[in-house]
Amino acid sequence: MSDKPNIASLSGRKKVVSNKKMTFMEMIYLPAIIGGFGITLSHFFKKKVTLQYPEETKPRSEIYRGMHVLKRDDEGRERCTACGLCAISCPAEAITMIAAERKEEEMNLYREEKYASMYEINMLRCIFCGLCEEACPKEAIFLTDRIVSSDLHRGDFIYGKDLLVEPVDQRIDISHRQTPEVLKFKLDKNQSHNS
Amino acid sequence: MLKVTIDNQTIEVEEGTTILQAARLIGGAVVPPAMCYYSKLKDSGGKCRTCLVKVAQGSARDPRPMPKLVASCRTPVADGMVVQNITSQEVIDTRKAIVEFLLINHPLDCPVCDQAGECDLQNLSYENGREESRFEESKRTFKVIDIGDKIQLHMNRCILCYRCVYTADQLTNKRSHGILYRGDVSEISTYIQNDITNDFSGNIIDVCPVGALTDKTFRFKNRVWFLNPMNAHRSCTKCSGKVTAWMRGDEVYRVTGRKDQFGEVEEFICNECRFEKKDKEDWVIEGPRNIKRASVISQNHYLNARKPSVIIPLENRTESLEEYAKENSNENKIS
Repeated sequence: MSDKPNIASLSGRKKVVSNKKMTFMEMIYLPAIIGGFGITLSHFFKKKVTLQYPEETKPRSEIYRGMHVLKRDDEGRERCTACGLCAISCPAEAITMIAAERKEEEMNLYREEKYASMYEINMLRCIFCGLCEEACPKEAIFLTDRIVSSDLHRGDFIYGKDLLVEPVDQRIDISHRQTPEVLKFKLDKNQSHNS
Repeated sequence: MLKVTIDNQTIEVEEGTTILQAARLIGGAVVPPAMCYYSKLKDSGGKCRTCLVKVAQGSARDPRPMPKLVASCRTPVADGMVVQNITSQEVIDTRKAIVEFLLINHPLDCPVCDQAGECDLQNLSYENGREESRFEESKRTFKVIDIGDKIQLHMNRCILCYRCVYTADQLTNKRSHGILYRGDVSEISTYIQNDITNDFSGNIIDVCPVGALTDKTFRFKNRVWFLNPMNAHRSCTKCSGKVTAWMRGDEVYRVTGRKDQFGEVEEFICNECRFEKKDKEDWVIEGPRNIKRASVISQNHYLNARKPSVIIPLENRTESLEEYAKENSNENKIS
């Protein structure tokens, strides 16, 4: 105890700075410079950590919560019925919608008698928590592994139905987000609206 | 005065009071839910069976229990009666079964229905019902009927509580609709879809515990939980003019009567107030209504919210810091 300097150090990592004289090898600096070049050179042969985004993308989890999709059912009709549960569950209040009544000739477009004539998500407000997906009673909205692209104007981040509803011929696969509980629920014949 | 004990709480009530009314006087959790009983409508009650309670002691004179559960809305109290509502497991189990019966023919189309969020059946099944349906057969279906140009009847959702029939009987001077057929095929109907033209016919929307009778002027316009219910009034020659205006911003989306804690309107309002006055200029807005914190309508509406007080920079302050804190202490209190 007596030979060590009396330093109060809680972490035990405190170092005492000494002002000792340099040796000859240290004074000519060359070994240190060559050692430094050696480290730089060794990085040429190491695995690169830089990803050439956007050509390359980092692998994401299958249940990554990215841009939303409004699903259609098997017959291509929109599932969303504009019940507003996603909007009320949204902690960022990013979702707005206007409901409308389905007309007789629109039977093949919308599944329920009510549908969303306007459905907007403000992607700048959205925190991608996935509560809208959980609240949805119609299996209509899902988060996907797609990424909301950057843009120049704030207004362009308000995504309407044109960007959110999946095209009939280009369905978006959300099967990995369907947990066993969800699939069991969908098998329930009584819930025919969950087809 | 008769002494009656409901769930270990004793109250003295006048003769002729029903168990349900006595329970409502006590208030709180002991009040049995009621889907068909409506205190403002004579003879209502006894249809839905959700208010069944156990009478553990008939009266002080005859302390035997009643053999079966009784409908509390129709059973008058007796002196020394002991009633069990939520303290009896039998009542809780029976209520669960009754909710299941009520939902047998109910389409469960809450995401589409305009009543969702303020629906008595939704609340009832949330509090007392099963998590999932066991019903496998097909449900009865009817077409949507327009009763007049302002009211729409979704017979699928009807639970046959008869409230609207009593309203039409007792509030209007000419009865124009009733119940046709019997048993599980019975349906509310107007005679060959006659128009209901009475000035107070719109009240059948308010009394309906489910979404069977809905306001056509509000159909799919908005969800109730996105609207702010405000107390409003106007001078009306036909009714008291005291209403709830459901507003969003400066827009009045719909007008209903003012409902009390048991979901009954305080005063019936006329059709002119209900359907035609959808302008903010028509109403004197008194202030927001008190909505239960548990209700979805109070979602995202913040109670006791206060704006942060402006903090004056130190150099501009004239009074001392202690005086400043004393002045602002009331403002910052969260009541």
